[in-house]
Amino acid sequence: MIHLQSVSKRFQHPEGGWFHAVDDTTLSIAQGEIFGLIGFSGAGKSTLLRLINLLERPDAGRVLVDGQDLTALSARDLRHARQNIGMVFQQFNLLANRTVAQNVAFPLEIAGWSKADIAQRVAECLDVVHLSDRAEHYPAQLSGGQKQRVGIARALAPRPHVILADEPTSALDPKTTQSILSCLKEINQRFGVTVVIVTHEMGVVRSVCHRAAVLDQGSVVEVMDIAGGEVDARSELARSLLEAA
Amino acid sequence: MDIAALNAIWQDLSLLGPEIAQALVETALMLGLGLASAVLLGGPLGIVLYLTRPGQLFAHRGLHGVLGWCVNLVRSFPFIILMVSLVPLTRLIVGSTIGPVAASVPLAFAAIPYFARLVEQTLREIPRGVIEAAEAMGASPWQIIRKVLLNEARAGLISSLTILTISFLSYTAVAGVVGGGGIGDLAIRYGYYRFQTDVMVAMVLLLVVIVQAIQFVGNRLAHRLDKR
Repeated sequence: MIHLQSVSKRFQHPEGGWFHAVDDTTLSIAQGEIFGLIGFSGAGKSTLLRLINLLERPDAGRVLVDGQDLTALSARDLRHARQNIGMVFQQFNLLANRTVAQNVAFPLEIAGWSKADIAQRVAECLDVVHLSDRAEHYPAQLSGGQKQRVGIARALAPRPHVILADEPTSALDPKTTQSILSCLKEINQRFGVTVVIVTHEMGVVRSVCHRAAVLDQGSVVEVMDIAGGEVDARSELARSLLEAA
Repeated sequence: MDIAALNAIWQDLSLLGPEIAQALVETALMLGLGLASAVLLGGPLGIVLYLTRPGQLFAHRGLHGVLGWCVNLVRSFPFIILMVSLVPLTRLIVGSTIGPVAASVPLAFAAIPYFARLVEQTLREIPRGVIEAAEAMGASPWQIIRKVLLNEARAGLISSLTILTISFLSYTAVAGVVGGGGIGDLAIRYGYYRFQTDVMVAMVLLLVVIVQAIQFVGNRLAHRLDKR
C-alpha cells in the first residue's frame, strides 16, 4: 500500500549546516494495517509521515502510495492523489470560521462533490465519530477530544485508502486519548483504511498498532510486531521507549 | 451662550444646508471610489504579498521584495505631495483634475498599498497548520485563497477595512482642498477662510459622528463574522 524507497530529507540549520531528518529510509506498510512510527523528539517520525503525502518532498528516493509514485506526479495529479490520503493533526487544524459539518464537508468541496452527496456523506462521517449533535457548532465551542473527532471525520470523508495521523493524541488527556484511539481503530476495522500513526508514546502503539517502526536520527532502528498488546522489541531504543511508557 | 447666539449659528448652518448635503455626497463619492479601488486592487496585492513571503505557498524572495519596496515607496509620500505629483495621471484618467471623481485618483493610489499591507498583516494571523491541512486534502492554491485564507481572516479583513475607511475619510479633507469638495473642504472654506468658527465646529462634529458610526458598524460586523 505504502512504500518508501530510500527516502531522505534534510533541512538547513539557520546558522548553516544540514540536519538529516530522514536518512535513506526504506519502509513498507501493508493495506489495512495500523502502523506506528515511534521515537523520541527529533527522531524524524513526523517528517517521515509528511513524506507519505509529500507535504515534505524527499531530497532523494521514491514514495509509492496505492502503486502510484507520488514524487513523479504533476502538481495537479498530486492534488488528486492527496484526496485519497486523509490527515489528522496534533493541533487539529480545523477551520475556525466553519461549523463542524462545514469542516467535514471541506475536503469534499475540494474534490468537487455535489451538494447532496456532501450532505449525506457529512452526516455519515459525523455519525461514525459520534458528533451528529454538534454539526452546527463551531470548533471554538468544542473540547479537545471533540475537535480531534471532527479532524478524523474530515480525514475520513472523501473515503481515503490511507489516513496519516501526526501525534493525534499528544494534545489530549489519557481518557480522551483512549476514545480517539478506539475511533481510529474502528475506522480501520470497518472501512479497511490503512492508518499510519506517529507517536512518542509506547502506550499508543501498544493499544492500536499492528506493527510499528522505531526511529532514531532519521533511520528505522527496527520494525516491531505487536500482538495482543505485547510489543516484540529487540533494540535497546525500543526497550527504553517501553520503559518510559 | 444666549439664545441670540444660538439662533445666529442655526441661521448660518441652515443657509448652508444644501452645501452641506452636497459636501456629504462628495465625501461619500471620494471615499467610495478610493475604497473600492483599495479592495479590488489592494486586496489581491496584499494576498500576493502574503503568498510570496518566505515559507508560504508561493515563497519568492525577489517578487516579495520588489512588491514590498513599491508599497513602501508609495506609502512614503506625504499625501498632499502624492496628490500633486499625480495631477498628470489624474488628468489622463479622468480628463480633469477638479471634482470628487478626480480627487479619487490620488486617494485610490494611496489606499491601494495601505490596504495591501493591512491584508498581508491580517492573513499572517492564520495558523500555518490550517493552510497545511488544506494542502494535505489536495486543495488548489485558488481554493486555499478563497476557502481558507479569506474565510479564516474575514473578521480581521473587516477590521482592516474599517481602519482604512476612517483614515481615508480624513484624507478626503486634504483632497477636497485642491478641488475635490467634501466636508473637510467646506469646513476650511467657511470655517477657516471666512472665520465662521461655528461652521468649522459643526463640520468637525459631523465627522466625529461619521467616524463613530463607521467604527461601530465595523466592530459589529467583525464580531459577527468571527467564530474563533
